[in-house]
Amino acid sequence: MADIVTPRDANEVEAAVQWAIAQKKSLEIVGHGSKRALGRPAQFDATLDLSGLSGVTLYEPEELVLSARAGTPLAEIEALIAAKGQELAFEPMDFAPLLGGKPGQATIGGVLAANLSGPRRIKAGAARDHFLGFTAVSGRGEVFKSGGRVVKNVTGYDLCKLMAGSWGTLAAMTDVTIKVLPRAETEATVMLLGVDPGQAAAAMAAAMGSSGDVSGAAHLPAAIAGRAARDVAAGRSVTALRLEGVAPSVAHRKKALEELLAPYGALAALDPAPSRALWAAIRDVIPFAAGGPAGERHVWRLSTAPTQGAAAARLIGEQTEAEFLFDWGGGLVWAALAPSDDAGAAVVRGAIEACGGHATLIRAPAAVRASVGAFMPQPGGIAALAKRVKDGFDPAGVLGPGRMWAGV
Amino acid sequence: MSVTMPVPDADVLARRDEIVAALRAIVPGEGVIASEREMRPYESDGLTAYRQLPMVVVLPSTTQQVSQVLAYCHARGIKVVPRGAGTSLSGGALPLGDGVLLGMAKFNRIREIDFDNRIAVVEPGVTNLAVSTAVADQGFYYAPDPSSQIACTIGGNVAENSGGVHCLKYGMTTNNVLGLEMVLMTGEIVRLGGKHLDAGGYDLLGIVIGSEGLLGVVTEVTVRILKKPETARAVLVGFPTSEDAGQCVARIIGSGIIPGGMEMMDKPAIHAVEEFVHAGYPLDVEALLIVELDGPQAEVDYLIGRVEAIAKECHASTLRASNSEEERLLFWAGRKAAFPAAGRISPDYYCMDGTIPRAQLPRVLARMRELSEHYGLGVANVFHAGDGNLHPLILYDSNKPGELDRAEAFGSDILRLCVEVGGVLTGEHGVGVEKRDLMPAMFSETDLNQQQRLKCAFDDKGLLNPGKVFPTLHRCAELGRMHVKAGKVAFPDLPRF
Repeated sequence: MADIVTPRDANEVEAAVQWAIAQKKSLEIVGHGSKRALGRPAQFDATLDLSGLSGVTLYEPEELVLSARAGTPLAEIEALIAAKGQELAFEPMDFAPLLGGKPGQATIGGVLAANLSGPRRIKAGAARDHFLGFTAVSGRGEVFKSGGRVVKNVTGYDLCKLMAGSWGTLAAMTDVTIKVLPRAETEATVMLLGVDPGQAAAAMAAAMGSSGDVSGAAHLPAAIAGRAARDVAAGRSVTALRLEGVAPSVAHRKKALEELLAPYGALAALDPAPSRALWAAIRDVIPFAAGGPAGERHVWRLSTAPTQGAAAARLIGEQTEAEFLFDWGGGLVWAALAPSDDAGAAVVRGAIEACGGHATLIRAPAAVRASVGAFMPQPGGIAALAKRVKDGFDPAGVLGPGRMWAGV
Repeated sequence: MSVTMPVPDADVLARRDEIVAALRAIVPGEGVIASEREMRPYESDGLTAYRQLPMVVVLPSTTQQVSQVLAYCHARGIKVVPRGAGTSLSGGALPLGDGVLLGMAKFNRIREIDFDNRIAVVEPGVTNLAVSTAVADQGFYYAPDPSSQIACTIGGNVAENSGGVHCLKYGMTTNNVLGLEMVLMTGEIVRLGGKHLDAGGYDLLGIVIGSEGLLGVVTEVTVRILKKPETARAVLVGFPTSEDAGQCVARIIGSGIIPGGMEMMDKPAIHAVEEFVHAGYPLDVEALLIVELDGPQAEVDYLIGRVEAIAKECHASTLRASNSEEERLLFWAGRKAAFPAAGRISPDYYCMDGTIPRAQLPRVLARMRELSEHYGLGVANVFHAGDGNLHPLILYDSNKPGELDRAEAFGSDILRLCVEVGGVLTGEHGVGVEKRDLMPAMFSETDLNQQQRLKCAFDDKGLLNPGKVFPTLHRCAELGRMHVKAGKVAFPDLPRF
């Protein structure tokens, strides 16, 4: 049984990493462990549990900034800023439904380390785009900081981008500062019913290419639409487009969007409450939830150009039995494959290589993730560069070694 | 102005003829410039106080040539300084006397426009404005709009992570670039990102953007393009005090409105531009705010009403909303002419660029007035009010002995002040050589060493644009050494389960 170390402040995090370096021990950095089942399974000598570093340390709504200890629960932050009419515009998804954990367990450090986002990614960006500054302990056992607490800053390298999506393999973040934004006053969803993924991609491209300021564009094929929007789908596919803003604007854009989409097929619309429920279900990939009809399937997440999403799905579907959910105007493809020894890795990676982008294995038994890896193998030059970056932050390989790729 | 640059390599300078000949073999014809007269235009960038002739100028036109030039220089330990249009205000493209100046101007083609995926693939020498122009017929544009957009290039925008007046709502370069092709100092060509969102591994794209030409030479950029908003309207508001103006900005954002642009000017700036362009700005106010709302007509009209109401509550002494496109452009004409207007009232001006938490504005302006008296130099302020990015224009005369040095000292004091109140040294112009020696005001030695270790991952010999950004250069081997502090183990005291 590996040790669990629970530092109470940044100094104790520094001490723990220095201990790991001196003792040549590897550390797994966790908050509440909500994304532990994600990534390449690796054996670690000890767990560095940062959930003890908790609490918002600065919140200035009018400056659009919030600072918090890395282990602060996301739910606490979202409740605090919601009271001031603000939100995290990148709409971080909760992996719990997919991975079978308890919902609402994420910490802000984990959200940033995994570079989470949601349907609004296409308009507002991902966690990386809202990450303003941090203090961390590198794998060298040194405390360092980058960025600041203002929303516009180009002083030095933008290390926030590097930390976002590094899954705790470069440094243990202790304090973070993020940008918060006003939450839209209201929203509405326009839905196109009964079209195939190719037609849906064309309709979503038309909507995204309009001045409608669409903040969500997803396609749920008929096979899965009922799992997210049963009443509306009635056995048909649902292509959903979200509009957010002040009431007069949403009303105006809804009318324009309905006119634009009318030639593509039958339309329906959702009021704010059902609209919010639908986008929460899309964000958390409820149609493929553990314990649901697709709960045993192996789940991949593909990011490609919006017009290539349907093509990637077709390539995969031709070779294996799979269900799909398309978000980001077609550019984000969630693929749920019938279980197999390699989770369909060759098929999925072949498809994404043909279409451009990257694919990550999100849900599969540990043995499968261990054998095929979760993150996409990178081309030689990039893999070597990534390894040199890792060595620059963690030369002894004490922080999450093997979590992203073997040997990194 | 004085700044210490890396000591020229006598060995490299002694081999200049041989190096020029080798470079001519890679980039034939007029692509290599070695005569002093022809190199003169390259001796400085937008920060003209610093000048240095390069050893040689090379203007490659293909990625292969860039790769071969860099591989040649890497093998022989020759420094390289990349350059776009040379509009940097921080000296990012200042040449080195023993270095190759690599001008990317010939990379000037738009390779692909893909409206369905809302992206454009362009070469780095394409100007910022040319991207918007190329997609304008379909009603699209490229959002980041630095004020030099008519001249500055996308490659330079990538290097500096350029912003503009609309970046509070639409983001900076880093939020609008999806992919890059770039050449490492070894000559290796790598591709980061593409037409898709986010990285499948470490976000190296995010690191290269804003790296000021220290990590690689960009040869292709994939940018996001956006549909133009249906309409835009602006409100011009005058305030009796800068505190009232600052309060108005805070109230607008606090009420949930993110304007497309929100600019502030102080009294000296208002007077300078009004005399110059006659935009109809009120002269009896201490601060002037331009708030622009963009989007569908119904949204813009509604929000203009809300902004007007907030402005009145914040003691606005004058208030006008634009009722036509001509009127909106007139409101902006003054702000956009702020720099040339400063040039009219003073023989020279020095443009600074710091960001502060907005609430600190009154304190910073008050201190700036004291500094202005102390140094005996005028200062006019323009301010991207929405994001706290301050551009003080220090007025001086380089023909008066000592004024340039005083302007520089004044500028340094302002930037230190920005850091002191919780802000940063640069919001959008970059560190370059200009703010290099101020970096320790914001970062510890450990912070800066960690950043330099990242550079080592890209450029092991430190040959790409050395002398910029970092005040002290270290060898990568020295930075890589790790001192294991085995004796300092507080670990046994930690709670364990």
